[in-house]
Amino acid sequence: MLTERWNDVEGGFHPASAPDYLPVERLREVQLRRLRAVVTRAYDNVELFRSRMQERGLTPADIRTLEDIAQLPFTVKVDLRDTYPFGLFASPMSEIVRLHASSGTTGKPIVVAYTREDLNVWAEVMTRTFASCGLHRGDIVQNAFGYGLFTGGLGAHYGAEALGATVIPVSGGNTERQLMVMKDFNVSAVCATPSYFIHVIERALDLGLDLRELPLHTGIFGAEPWSEEMRQRIQEGAGIRAYDIYGLSEIIGPGVGSECEHQDGLHIFEDHFYPEIIDPETGAVLPDGEEGELVLTTLSKQAMPVIRYRTRDITRIITETCGCGRSLRRIRRVGRRSDDMFIIRGVNVFPSQVEAALLAVEGTLPHYQIILTRDHGLDQMAVEVEVTPEVFSDKVRALEDVRAELAKAIEQIIGIRVALRLVEPRTIARSEGKAKRVIDKRAI
Amino acid sequence: MKLQQLSVFLENRPGHLAEPLALLSREGINILSLSLADTSDFGILRMIVRDWERAAQVLKADDWVVKLTEVVAVDVEDRPGGLAEVLRAAGRAELKIEYMYAFSLRRNNRAALIFRFEEPDRAIDVLSAAGCHVIEAEELFAAVE
Ligand SMILES: [Zn+2]
Repeated sequence: MLTERWNDVEGGFHPASAPDYLPVERLREVQLRRLRAVVTRAYDNVELFRSRMQERGLTPADIRTLEDIAQLPFTVKVDLRDTYPFGLFASPMSEIVRLHASSGTTGKPIVVAYTREDLNVWAEVMTRTFASCGLHRGDIVQNAFGYGLFTGGLGAHYGAEALGATVIPVSGGNTERQLMVMKDFNVSAVCATPSYFIHVIERALDLGLDLRELPLHTGIFGAEPWSEEMRQRIQEGAGIRAYDIYGLSEIIGPGVGSECEHQDGLHIFEDHFYPEIIDPETGAVLPDGEEGELVLTTLSKQAMPVIRYRTRDITRIITETCGCGRSLRRIRRVGRRSDDMFIIRGVNVFPSQVEAALLAVEGTLPHYQIILTRDHGLDQMAVEVEVTPEVFSDKVRALEDVRAELAKAIEQIIGIRVALRLVEPRTIARSEGKAKRVIDKRAI
Repeated sequence: MKLQQLSVFLENRPGHLAEPLALLSREGINILSLSLADTSDFGILRMIVRDWERAAQVLKADDWVVKLTEVVAVDVEDRPGGLAEVLRAAGRAELKIEYMYAFSLRRNNRAALIFRFEEPDRAIDVLSAAGCHVIEAEELFAAVE
């Protein structure tokens, strides 16, 4: 019985988490009802969507079952750029209460909008995220996601407040202040990008502070792909449970999906965000269990409904039900994005492969950058790796060995010779705590 | 008997060496000796400073990767053939020398050598037994300051 678990002070169950446990048939009914409503809303209010429906000879009335979603046109990132800034809004500005924007790496950013009701839904899914990671009223949450145009900071903020936790809106950066707050305010949970938190652990060590001795017990990590090895490093280095959460600004921000206590895949809050896996080449929908590109449809968004958004994230839906009892389907953690993939000398390479190689060489933290250049028509790949105190030696030979070992580990995985350079710490640029993994300087 | 040597990782970029040195100088930390080992890609700056704990702290706070290593200072000009004698004693005992560099003792215009042995404790025993003059940290600092 749900009521037996209704105890948000002890953790385990928060009232907002009720939809996590909907019987599957009931969940599908909710999804179909919401899908029909959102398609109608987008058709009636968004010119781009309506014209694409009309090209296909479709009207909202053609959506009779959940499977009919496969007939709908995809939305891609370029659509959000082309309609900059407000072209995909389905609500008048008088009903829109918040705008966020992504910091685009090229050209214009992407603008996203929220009505009051959208913000309520966002707070709800973030509450469910935190509850799913074992947090509850009484937890003190240090929110190191960036506040501002980026959706991470405010998204996590309102979710943690709605949960009843105490939120410290510290935002990203200023590591020494982060550590002071963590220690002096008895922080029990932290939200951050995983690469930034690894930096926090390193700095704490430098300052002689052992995070494992603090009350901190949980970390909520997202906004960039990370690996199981990074999770182990964080869990051991800080003495916490590290959970992966998933989201993207185009859909809502953080709060699309979250791990539960089993840390085995991320439950998608699919009563609000409908997941599909497609073949990225053909666009065909793949059955649950097969790997492909994740496509998401916002089922309840008002201000900016996004239908069949191609996330570029490669994952698969886990078919087995989870031990936690949630009926929400899970996806495998996103290790790579089809966006990040690059082709060098005809070989497809994912940064996650480079990361796996770096991690295999003991003691190397994954602060690295891949630089692609073209020299006399031949593609060259260089990998810059920040030196850590663990691998640094006063002996030239020992450092040369580390360098050679790292280069060899990468070459063995991807099959291409790389120039590996050891660089000083914190020299690889990070924006909003995310490290940019690939710099492509090849002139096309 | 052992000295703490500070090593700092440097990228091999022009003028780059000046940065950590300027930082230590701003903090009023006097460098007694330094040597730079470099390759085409990177360098390792090795320094002897009296206040090595504070120096390490200052450098780490400014994001430099720092390592402390125990090294041994030997007065090789104590008598003729001093260096050969040290190397012979080390060779007989199969002491592995990772690297070495000179250290000038300003007070009496002499030179000591800094040795990075794989096993500094055993090296001190072996060299002392062979009659070599292993310089104490305080003695060394007194001779340069
Ligand atoms: Zn679960």
